[in-house]
Amino acid sequence: MATELQSRARPVIRRSAGEDAVSLDAVSFAYPAAGRGGAVQALEQVSLRAAPGELLAVVGPSGCGKSTLLELICGLQAPDAGRVACAPAVLMPQRDLLLPWLSAVDNAALALRIARLSRAEARQRADALFAELGLDGFQHARPHELSGGMRQRVAFVRTLLSGKPLLCLDEPFGALDAITRGEMQEWLAGTLAREPRTVVLVTHDVEEAVLLADRVVVLSPRPGRVLAQFEVELPRSGTLLGGHPDGHRQAGDGPRQRTDPRVIALREQALSALGTGARG
Amino acid sequence: MSARSARARRGWAPLLLSAALLGAWELYADASGVEEDLLPAPHAVAAALWNNAGLVWHNFAVTAEQVVLGLALALASGFALAVAIHLFPLLRRAVYPLAVGSQAVPIPVIGVLLVFWWGFGIFPKLAVIALICFFPVVVSTVDGLAAVDPEQPKLLRTLDASRWQAFRFAELPAALPAALSGARIALAVGVIGAFIAETSTPTTAAYSGLGREIMTDAGGFQTARAYAATAVLFAFAIACFYALGLAERKLVPWKLRPRGETT
Repeated sequence: MATELQSRARPVIRRSAGEDAVSLDAVSFAYPAAGRGGAVQALEQVSLRAAPGELLAVVGPSGCGKSTLLELICGLQAPDAGRVACAPAVLMPQRDLLLPWLSAVDNAALALRIARLSRAEARQRADALFAELGLDGFQHARPHELSGGMRQRVAFVRTLLSGKPLLCLDEPFGALDAITRGEMQEWLAGTLAREPRTVVLVTHDVEEAVLLADRVVVLSPRPGRVLAQFEVELPRSGTLLGGHPDGHRQAGDGPRQRTDPRVIALREQALSALGTGARG
Repeated sequence: MSARSARARRGWAPLLLSAALLGAWELYADASGVEEDLLPAPHAVAAALWNNAGLVWHNFAVTAEQVVLGLALALASGFALAVAIHLFPLLRRAVYPLAVGSQAVPIPVIGVLLVFWWGFGIFPKLAVIALICFFPVVVSTVDGLAAVDPEQPKLLRTLDASRWQAFRFAELPAALPAALSGARIALAVGVIGAFIAETSTPTTAAYSGLGREIMTDAGGFQTARAYAATAVLFAFAIACFYALGLAERKLVPWKLRPRGETT
């Protein structure tokens, strides 16, 4: 299943990704020199892994190579050094990139159309997921008629419908206002409880990482290096999905609260790793 | 107040302006003593149109067919060339300079050659119209195809889209509005393109059209009739332009947002 990209500099041939859905070993990557500037080192000796079903959050300041990391995981770039071995991955870019000439449901069904399903069949499958994820009634809206939060939901459903086991989310809620972002975080947690996937979530919001992830990796400013890595040993949200209390996780698995002292402690831990002080 | 009445008011604006200009022209022609063979007054042009309706209509039908088919050829070839240039960057380097240069070719230089190849019928004229009109379609379509968000190809690749699917699902529809803008420019020069085509290719009577008529009349002291034929071309160009606007509503409805007008 795993796709493997060998280093350009020193090809290392290993075919199996073992147990991990994501496995990066000492990965470095530089963008080639543009114009007069030298090459830009984006990532340096980054090692990380994620087990199947895990939600790994990568936090770091702007320009620390987080998006590059996702491109490496998705196989859009090959590392200069080191080894990348990942399950088939799909990218959810920062901007939703919904196609303005397609309805919400047709946008969500894009991967199915690419997989050569008929328009009707693709639409039907996307439609079913819309209903399940609390998006009923928005199927036929054009993207410009949707709010920012709704657009991100549709983009996420498009990502899910690719059928790939590994989702790479690049700052999915970065452009949303705080209230919408909170709603979206709950929605994402609930959606992943219904549709479990391995997720690599890139964000600059430490709190978001702690609220959503099983594990948090903190990257340094460019060139990105792993500063710290820690587990979030709190249960992930299983319920709360568009007001449907019938989620299939056990009762009591409510969403993590940002006021929970354990969440606050983890946030502090990540912030101090970032070197921004306790209340950055 | 309502959108409908606002639109109705906008609809009157061009008519009012046209009426004012016609009035000024009439006054000038009557009062200044300019020769009628130099500038016929609007009423004389209208009379010439009325008295020669059969002839003008016959020639108009010939010209209109050439404009429509010639533009169709220009749009199809321009679009196809733009797509080829987009998909094969090397082609861009090779073809672009030649396409620009082609716009400088005086048609009479090649008119006879085209007739030698394709005869006295309609085809040499269509080729001339296409040559005159294809360029704006190429330029704007190439730009439209290249204007897709740079992240879009990455997304499509992780969705396992082939090059063709990326083109079909993202680039092609995204380029359509730009292609239509190019089509508008092409259309605006399409009618004069037909005039050039008619007057610079040897032809038979069946394919003479309004261009030949205007040239004959203007040189034969039939100035009012030449103006009448010109007025028909004038109106036809406007009609084509609005027809394209209607087609645009059907083809790119997502571009019709409430804010801002599309004309």
